[in-house]
Amino acid sequence: MSTLSADPYRTSLRTVADWGLVAIAVLTLAALALPVGALGGAPVGWFGGMMGGTLAPLFLIGVVLAVVAGRSAPKRVWGAWVELGGVALAWLLPLHLLNEGVDLSAGWGLWLFLVAATLLLWRVMGVLAGVPGWTRSVVVPGLFGLGLLVGWEVLVRGFQVPAILLPPPSRIASALAAHAPVLWDDFRQTVLTSVLRGYVMGCGAGFLVAILADRLPFLARGLLPLGNLASAIPVVGIAPIMVMWFGFDWQSKAAVIVVMTFFPMMINTLAGLGNSERIQLDLMRSYGAGYGRTLVKLRLPNALPFLFNGLKINSTLALIGAIVAEFFGTPVVGMGFRISTEVARMNLDIVWATIAVAALTGSGLYGGLALLERATTAWHPSMRRR
Amino acid sequence: MIKRALPVTVMTLLLLAAWYVGAAWLNWPQAAETLTRAGKPAEFADVLAQAYAMKRPILPTPDQVVAELWNSLTGYAPTSPRNLLFHTWVTAEAALTGLAMGLALGILLAAGIVYTRTLEASLLPWVIASQTIPILAIAPMIVVILGNIGLTGLLPKAVICMYLCFFPITVGMVKGLRSADPLWLDLMRTYSASGMRAFWSLRLPASMPFLFASLKVSVAISVVGAIVGELPTGGQAGLGARLLSGSYYGQTVQIWAALIMASLLSVALIAVVRGLELVLLGRAGVR
Amino acid sequence: MTFPNPLDAQEKAAFRQGSEKSVAPVVVEARKLSLVYPTADKPVMALSEVDLTIAKSDFVSLIGPSGCGKTTLLRVIADLERPTSGHIAIEGMTPEQARLKRLYGYVFQAPALYPWRTVERNVMLPLEIMGLPKADRQQRAREQLERVGLVGFERKFPWQLSGGMQQRVSIARALALQPDLLLMDEPFGALDEITRDHLNLHLTQLWRATGKTCVFVTHSIAEAVFLSTRIVVMSPRPGRILDVIDCNSLPRERTLDIRESPEFAAIAHRVREGLKEGHSYDD
Repeated sequence: MSTLSADPYRTSLRTVADWGLVAIAVLTLAALALPVGALGGAPVGWFGGMMGGTLAPLFLIGVVLAVVAGRSAPKRVWGAWVELGGVALAWLLPLHLLNEGVDLSAGWGLWLFLVAATLLLWRVMGVLAGVPGWTRSVVVPGLFGLGLLVGWEVLVRGFQVPAILLPPPSRIASALAAHAPVLWDDFRQTVLTSVLRGYVMGCGAGFLVAILADRLPFLARGLLPLGNLASAIPVVGIAPIMVMWFGFDWQSKAAVIVVMTFFPMMINTLAGLGNSERIQLDLMRSYGAGYGRTLVKLRLPNALPFLFNGLKINSTLALIGAIVAEFFGTPVVGMGFRISTEVARMNLDIVWATIAVAALTGSGLYGGLALLERATTAWHPSMRRR
Repeated sequence: MIKRALPVTVMTLLLLAAWYVGAAWLNWPQAAETLTRAGKPAEFADVLAQAYAMKRPILPTPDQVVAELWNSLTGYAPTSPRNLLFHTWVTAEAALTGLAMGLALGILLAAGIVYTRTLEASLLPWVIASQTIPILAIAPMIVVILGNIGLTGLLPKAVICMYLCFFPITVGMVKGLRSADPLWLDLMRTYSASGMRAFWSLRLPASMPFLFASLKVSVAISVVGAIVGELPTGGQAGLGARLLSGSYYGQTVQIWAALIMASLLSVALIAVVRGLELVLLGRAGVR
Repeated sequence: MTFPNPLDAQEKAAFRQGSEKSVAPVVVEARKLSLVYPTADKPVMALSEVDLTIAKSDFVSLIGPSGCGKTTLLRVIADLERPTSGHIAIEGMTPEQARLKRLYGYVFQAPALYPWRTVERNVMLPLEIMGLPKADRQQRAREQLERVGLVGFERKFPWQLSGGMQQRVSIARALALQPDLLLMDEPFGALDEITRDHLNLHLTQLWRATGKTCVFVTHSIAEAVFLSTRIVVMSPRPGRILDVIDCNSLPRERTLDIRESPEFAAIAHRVREGLKEGHSYDD
């Protein structure tokens, strides 16, 4: 309000300089005055360790060159890619120092430098997020994830966090490789046996009952409130009961999954079947099409987005159901069994590896369903956004 | 009203009937065995009566569960570990703390995502991907890790709940904060209102219905999170602990009572959210 | 976008037969047709004692303000609604028999195309339901798409087409059944006026080329006069017929220019008067 009278074309400090870049430069300069770490208790400076063997100055020069080159690139996007190279170089420096045996926990110069590099990464992502299509939807989240992973690695190793609290990703990866046979057995037991069977049975039953309830409105009116109730209550809690009834093997896990996935699938299918427009139903009637034809030609295709929604929700639920049910008892194999027993033995490497497998499995199932959905419902407005 | 109540009643009655039949069927062999071992004649009526009155049935009857609930709720002081209310409170406390943390985190993330394109492009895909992970599997892990740095009791469970809740809230709030009509946003611009002003007086109120819709989902999963978070602690307190100890000692009636209590807790919390929604949004004139 | 005009010999004959004789066979016959909707406060008379005869190759427009029952009448003919009382026959059959024999094609207000089917597969949909073999289906779909001037769009999805083109697909879909009777419920109501003129011209050429009987619901006077051989003016509460106007003073072959002729103006005037009369009842 106070600026109303001021000259709107006045150059302000805001427009004169690129303050983000200034901040990065100031941080970097401040970092140069501080040590990058310690070797044998003695602090190591940026340039002091030359004969000791650290290549810190080379990294520094590389980053500065990348930023300068990026700034003078003819297009901002090209510049962003060059600056990204600089960011990568900056984050490689701590890994190099760690390999040289430098203790980073007191290297405040290095950490300041990394903060500056993170700021730079943020700016690069900002530019790339403006590029529509593949860059925006894959590269930017990919960079974010990679940044998180590298940050985790460097921080955990740099500050020597005990592995019992949080191992670095590299250690989890090596545990994955080292315990591959055990993990594969667990995967086969939990996912390929319990989850798959329970998922198919639960979703299939939910779908069929929904079709039935669609024909018998009385059934639908009775089941829908029950379904809503089931979504409100902690259904996983039946796991101990199912283990008692069906024993330790896959049957009890599948039973838990069936109970967990039945109602979401039923509700979604019913909603999908009710989704056809009046006018489309009239059209089928004007063709003299009966119930069956209307179902196959109109209502099921129309319900596909809803069906996939149910299937996607259930894929995560099924995995959760199987793993939690395994906490209550299994034959001595399975992901839930592995997690609960190895946690008790403080064997955290293998636990983290199992969690990584579970995470990948969950994302994989979900992603696979999403791809299938994309392939079969490409016509739907929600899929059409370019 | 009758048109809606009748099918639900019929379904519920059918379910109860199925429960009794199932209880008879599942408990039959055990009941018959008990009778023959006691040297009594195994007539149909005797076995049936025995099947419905066992101490550790495979499937307890609804009346046994209700009796157990009643005894536990009225027989002991609410602070006693033998009273289910005590365990319910332990679970509810964790669930609500987690929900509050998830709410704060979710709204913060959503505001960040709505206002900065970089965050939207980089973070939102991970928020969605994070929910395809069976996070409950990590529950024991989180409990143990936080236990290692000296955090025990409420907080580890609340962290699990937070992680479970934040996703629906973030996604709902991103939708909600964007749901303000572009016309209204333009109107705000004609008033030359600042971004903050537009956030508080337009975007936030517009997002409220979305927030409550997400909250209802979050409350339910928060209770699940609290229960699963109680499993690895070895079973001192909480509904999850009751489930675990029940399953160790074959106390099926106890398991069912804990399950019913958990359902009641969840339904009650959702009802509270719904009530809040009615009060807050009713007053604001949003239907 | 030139419109092909494939007048084959058979259709020409049918057309001549329809136009020369006034004693053309009756396609739709309604006697004392009434339809009452029960609602919460009081029953609504959507149709009241409607008498209407539609002869072969007629183009009949039903016009009137909203709520006058014109769409209801069309839906009764199509057996999408059942009358409460009265008699209605389609080529001597009940509407249900006519529907099951697929005697009519229906064009709705919206294109109602299935988004998951391509244009061609949308046109083939009724033929799949009829159980025609695939080769026939493709043959007919191609013919009808040619007829509405959409060759080259077979593989497109509905959302890749403009509103006018979508409505043309839905007309092609109705024609693919090769019905004797074409029922259209404000098919161009949602389109802009320029597109609407264009499609009206297409429609009247199509009608002359095929000799189909058309029943057309509209609330545009100009559209009704331009297209019709007869105009049925209706009024609401209760829905009933006020006037039936013959358009024989206009040539059977219509071009957009006839809208400037005095005959056109005279008929339009009479329609307007009829609609006004309906309104005076109202107040």
